[in-house]
Amino acid sequence: MVSTVLRRVSARAEPLLPIADDELILGWRNSEWTGIAPFLEEDVAFSSIAQNEIGHARAIYQLVAEELGTTADELAFDRKPEDYRCSPFVELRLVPDWAKTIARHCLYEDADQRRIQELIEADDPEVAGLAAKIDREEVYHRMHAQMWFERLEDEPQFQEALEELRPLVDQRGEHLPEFEHLWQEMTEVRRSVAGATW
Amino acid sequence: MIYEVFRQERKGQAFAHAGSVEAPNEEFAEWYAREEFGRRGESVALWVVPREAVHEIDEFVDELGRNYHRVDGYPLKEKLKQARERAGTSADRRS
Amino acid sequence: MSAREDEFLEYVQSGGQVETTDWMPDDYRAKLIKFIEMHGNSELMGVLPEREWILRAPTLQRKLALTAKVQDEVGHSQLIYRVVSDLGKPREHCLDDLISGKSKFHNVFHYPTKTWGDVGVIAWLVDAAAIISQKALLKCSYAPYARIMKKICWEESFHILHGRDVILTMMNGTDAQRELVQEALDRWWGPLMQFHGNPIPAEDDPMYIWRIKSQGNGEARQQFLDGYVPQIWELGLTVSDPKLRKNDDGVWEFSEPDWDELKHVVTGHGPKTEERLGLRRTTRGETEWVRRVVLPEAA
Repeated sequence: MVSTVLRRVSARAEPLLPIADDELILGWRNSEWTGIAPFLEEDVAFSSIAQNEIGHARAIYQLVAEELGTTADELAFDRKPEDYRCSPFVELRLVPDWAKTIARHCLYEDADQRRIQELIEADDPEVAGLAAKIDREEVYHRMHAQMWFERLEDEPQFQEALEELRPLVDQRGEHLPEFEHLWQEMTEVRRSVAGATW
Repeated sequence: MIYEVFRQERKGQAFAHAGSVEAPNEEFAEWYAREEFGRRGESVALWVVPREAVHEIDEFVDELGRNYHRVDGYPLKEKLKQARERAGTSADRRS
Repeated sequence: MSAREDEFLEYVQSGGQVETTDWMPDDYRAKLIKFIEMHGNSELMGVLPEREWILRAPTLQRKLALTAKVQDEVGHSQLIYRVVSDLGKPREHCLDDLISGKSKFHNVFHYPTKTWGDVGVIAWLVDAAAIISQKALLKCSYAPYARIMKKICWEESFHILHGRDVILTMMNGTDAQRELVQEALDRWWGPLMQFHGNPIPAEDDPMYIWRIKSQGNGEARQQFLDGYVPQIWELGLTVSDPKLRKNDDGVWEFSEPDWDELKHVVTGHGPKTEERLGLRRTTRGETEWVRRVVLPEAA
């Protein structure tokens, strides 16, 4: 467990860890659609977005891990549930509700763009460089979200989903009850054989 | 709507038919084509075309044997042999 | 058979290929649809044994690789169902028949994925068995199907790499990890031996007669054993068939696979059949409105 390290994370890691944790958990939530999305073309597309998000989480963990003397995998999997900084907004399990999934996708991409932009403008060139790379992939996510927004905006269930989820976007703090279960499952294989390489 | 997708594997190569995607409009079709036929970096460019825009022609009539379009319309070997003999440069003379 | 059908049969048997807009016998079209649809179903159902392990994947690299593998399988089903649609059976009808149990999918996708060892064995050996069948389809008499098979085989080769990497890492690991691999192999050996189907002679197999397939079932199984048993043995793993050995003439000998189990499983009675079709039924129902809004002509 690297929890003790993380209670006193560096100034650099402070704004980065919540982003990485969000991307990791949302990446999983989006990949939960793989194989069961509304149609097959979208299934493939949405999985790419999920992979990008997990990729962004990994890149940020790597940057933070160097400073904290740990590894990206340890940061992703070996912390205690209470040490994760992700928001309840990304923890919500929305399958099989496509209206809510797209509503979260639109709201998240919008909020994410703002915080990535702040990093791009940061004084730390390494962080700014990584943020710029991430943003170049996020451009496609925003296009995808926009495409779907235009298709669904006249649907009452989509409007309701937006209303319901919007207040959660900036919420931080307490994890949702389902996060404990998600964490159990996410770390299950790693915990099953102590000290193993996978 | 069905969109036909053509992909170019490397710069300079011809675009070849890769498959098709079903999409609500062009914008989605482009997205889906990119993911279906380019996510592993196997393409440098794609053409995404509505199926209706592709017109297939598979009949090529040649009732009267237009052999000047083909190799067999040019029996050069015999003529070259004759020309070499006249010029005195045929292989058997040279040896 | 009419003279025209005879001529068609002779054409495909001598290596000729057919395009979507060409004339073809009704029986050929029906056989194509049945065969290709089952392939599409299998790719789509093949997602389910692995997708639940995306969350449990023990490193970020494995998580990404597994997500990409499962994505490939959906992508394959997309390509394959497009070919079936162009032959006259729309994708939505294929999916209706899949969830109602009317059409079939491969035996291996009816079984549970119990451990991370199973994830490795599936990616390595189930995909290896599949790629042997799929490579033989590169010569399929129906050209649009043969063409997409190139892309499918190329992507499957990454899955085998991923599977071997997972297995090798575990075999280089702790005793508990090695045990996970051996147990998974024991679980999957039976279904793997059934995978290529009953050993009916190629000449009696209608799929071979029409040159939809280019090799018989027994031949495919021999190729699998020849390619992969040595790779299994060299890692110190054992195969749970005491009769398994390669004869001097190069032919592999093995215990008769359990054909009753194969029949039972593919007719919808596998340990996970109902649960997986149930998941598909639920999610298909829940997302029906999306297709109606977005793809009205398909829904």
